[in-house]
Formats: sequence, structure tokens, C-alpha cells
Amino acid sequence: MKSLKALGSKLATAREQIDILEHGIDHEHPVSTFPFAENLRNIGLLPLKPTELETFQINMGKMCNQVCQHCHVDAGPDRKEIMTRDTMQQCLEALKNNPSFKTVDLTGGAPEMNPDFRWFVGEIKKLKKKIIVRCNLTIILANKKYHDLPEFFKSHEIEVVSSLPFYAKDRTDKQRGTGVFEDSIKALKKLNETGYGMEGSGLILNLVYNPSGAFMPAAQNSLEKEYKEVLKRDFNIVFNSLFTITNIPISRYLDYLIKSGNFEKYMDKLISAFNPVAAQNVMCRNTLSIGWDGYIYDCDFNQMLDMKVACDSQHVSEFNSNALKNRSILVNQHCYGCTAGAGSSCGGAVA
Amino acid sequence: MANHYYNAEDLGKFGSIGEFQKPMADKFFAWYGEVFGEGHLTAKEKSLIALAVAHAVQCPYCIDAYSTDAFEKGFSEAQMMEAIHVAAAIKGGAALVHGTQMMNKVKEISM
Repeated sequence: MKSLKALGSKLATAREQIDILEHGIDHEHPVSTFPFAENLRNIGLLPLKPTELETFQINMGKMCNQVCQHCHVDAGPDRKEIMTRDTMQQCLEALKNNPSFKTVDLTGGAPEMNPDFRWFVGEIKKLKKKIIVRCNLTIILANKKYHDLPEFFKSHEIEVVSSLPFYAKDRTDKQRGTGVFEDSIKALKKLNETGYGMEGSGLILNLVYNPSGAFMPAAQNSLEKEYKEVLKRDFNIVFNSLFTITNIPISRYLDYLIKSGNFEKYMDKLISAFNPVAAQNVMCRNTLSIGWDGYIYDCDFNQMLDMKVACDSQHVSEFNSNALKNRSILVNQHCYGCTAGAGSSCGGAVA
Repeated sequence: MANHYYNAEDLGKFGSIGEFQKPMADKFFAWYGEVFGEGHLTAKEKSLIALAVAHAVQCPYCIDAYSTDAFEKGFSEAQMMEAIHVAAAIKGGAALVHGTQMMNKVKEISM
């Protein structure tokens, strides 16, 4: 399987995706288009303003060893865009000058594939920030040079957040590729052996559930209970928390929705499930997202839609916390994904 | 009147039945919400029961809603099909067990 970009798909461009989200696939039969911004206006949240700059999320590149069907980054082995050490230096400067950032959240692609990943983690650690790595699990087994990642994570007290779309093989492999479930289980065992997820170790291992299809996540607490029971019973695996994340209708997931004839129904579902409490708590209010090339976005999804922050501080080299704190967050129809039902964020449900 | 007795879009209009009789609709939806919440049975268990009943009463709206709901809640395709077999077995059994009434009658009237 190739990325949309390598396939030359129209959906590889941000403009095409935004056009579909706003006007539907076929302009004569538009998708229900009640503007997201109107919903925010109705509950007094427009313009959407940040609360605090707490989480600095860095997308270290689109390169990945997996090609997941739902990937909003359109990541894969054929993507070569990764962050350079120069841009990382600029990120470190911004972090050093802005103590309000408590957490650095490293994502990708597979962030570990960036050749400067370990150096970068070491430098962030010196700034005494909490570090999260969004690890796809299979990377640990992908090549000998990654086998010691669990030890590396441990020595830097990194919190590991890993996708496991389901506790059963079929749903996981359908979304993430054949064999991914078995490799993920092996990687989870290695993390457990290192102490991750084990009571009293202080090493946090959280899992991410996202639906393998055109449907919404079930209740986070019920799913967490089931995940814990099944993973313990069938594989003797333990972990800390489960985050349920709603698939946002962009990039490869949008491609899936359109090809499977689910796009309009999925959007209707998200729109009708708009939850004002979730809207209050959306992650873009306390998070900034940095792209592989150093541009700044309100979130990883806006990043993929090339919607740079609406203020003068658009690149990490010219980081201006006042401008960023006072900006208005850009919203569009894809934002319904974060406000539907119990809400969704990189840390799971928000309502 | 639409051209078809059943339209998928009508499921989304269920909430609007209150337009013609609000107090009863409000009571129904409040009760419905409580029925499907966590109780002595989990919301997940109730979803599978609803899926089976939906097939027994052959309600396309309910089948649409609870196929999604049960799958969202994590039931596998095989588990969902087994639940429908339970509904079918009860329906089949319900027809067949009346065979005893037929037998009673035939025995009553035959020499």
C-alpha cells in the first residue's frame, strides 16, 4: 500500500480535502454543511481562543514503517519529509523560552525513524519537560537498531502512547496492515518487560483505540475495562489508560469514507453528536502543533490541512508566545470529529 | 407520502415524533435512555440483546441502529451473527412448539 501522495491522489492536497468537507463530494448533492463555527457561535465559543500553551506537539516527519488505512498524516515508507536538526534546535529554543509548556508530545509518522530522534529527546530532557512519544509499537521490531527503544524510553522517563485499534487481531490488521496485531503484542510484551505499564514502576504506557471503520468510539471507560481484561487474560499484557480517539475525516480516512460510500453518513453522525462540553475542552486550546518543516498549527489535523496559525508567529524560528496566546484558533468542518459525543483529543475523550 | 414505506433517513427523524405528541415522546425517550444505560446489565450486553430483538421484530431502523451500536461497542461479526441465530432459533422454536397444540387437537379428534 502506498501513500495518497505517492498514488497522485487528489486527496493528497489540502485544498481538495477542504473543498469536500465544506461542499461535499459532488457539489450537486452536498453533504450536510452546518458550519462548525456556527455551532461554536451558538455556545459563545467563537472565536475559539487558547486557554494556555501547555503541550508542544511536534510532528517529526511523515516517514513511517506502517501504512495505516485511517492515517490522517498520509504517512508511510514512501514519505521522506522529516524534521532536520536545525528545526529541532529552533523547537528547543522555543521550549527553553516558554516555561508554560509542560509537555512535549512527539509524533509522526514514526518519530523514532528520524535519525536525530534520540539526540532530540536527550536535549528536551535537559529542559525538564515531560516527554510523550507516540510509538506505533511495530517500529520496535522493525529493525535491529530499534530493538532497544524500550530501554531508551525508560532511561529518559518517556511516556509511551501506542495505537492498538482493538484487542483482537482482525480489526487491528484490517486498519493497520497484516501482521501488525501480532507484532504489536510482541512489542507490548517488551515494554512490559522493561517495566512499562507495570504497577509501581512509574513508567506510563497508554494505549489508543480508534475505530476500524465508519463508526464512533464506544465509551472510553467501558472499552478500557475490556482491553485490560482481554489483554491480561490472553497475552498477560498490562497498561495504564486507554484513550479513545475519533477518526477525523481528512486524508486517508477521508479517502476510505468516500470510497466506501460512508462520507455523508459519517459527517451527519459527527454533526448531530456535537457536544458543547467537548467543544469547551478541545485540545487545540492548550496545544500547539509543529510541522516537520517548523511551521506552527493549532493541531495536527490543521497541520495536515495546511492551515497555519492565524497570527504573526507562523514558524518556530519566529516563535512569539504572546501572538500565539492571543490568536484565534482556525476551525472548519473536520473539527466536528473532536466535538462529537464524548469528544476526542490526543489524550482520548474530553467530556 | 414517500415512494417507499421505509427510508433510511427516517431513522434520524425518530426524535421528531414529539411534534405530534410531546409529553408521551419525552417520557418514551427518557425511559429509553435509562433502559440502555449501564445497569445490572452493561450497556454493551444490552446492545447485543437489542440487536437480536431488532431481528426478531424485523425492524430495519433498529437493525441499522444496533448493528452499528453493537459493532462500535466491540462485538465481533461472529458474535453478532450468533445473537441473530438466537433470535431466529426463538422465532423458529416459537412456531414449532405450537406443533404440540396441533398434536393435541389432532389426537382429540382422531379415532
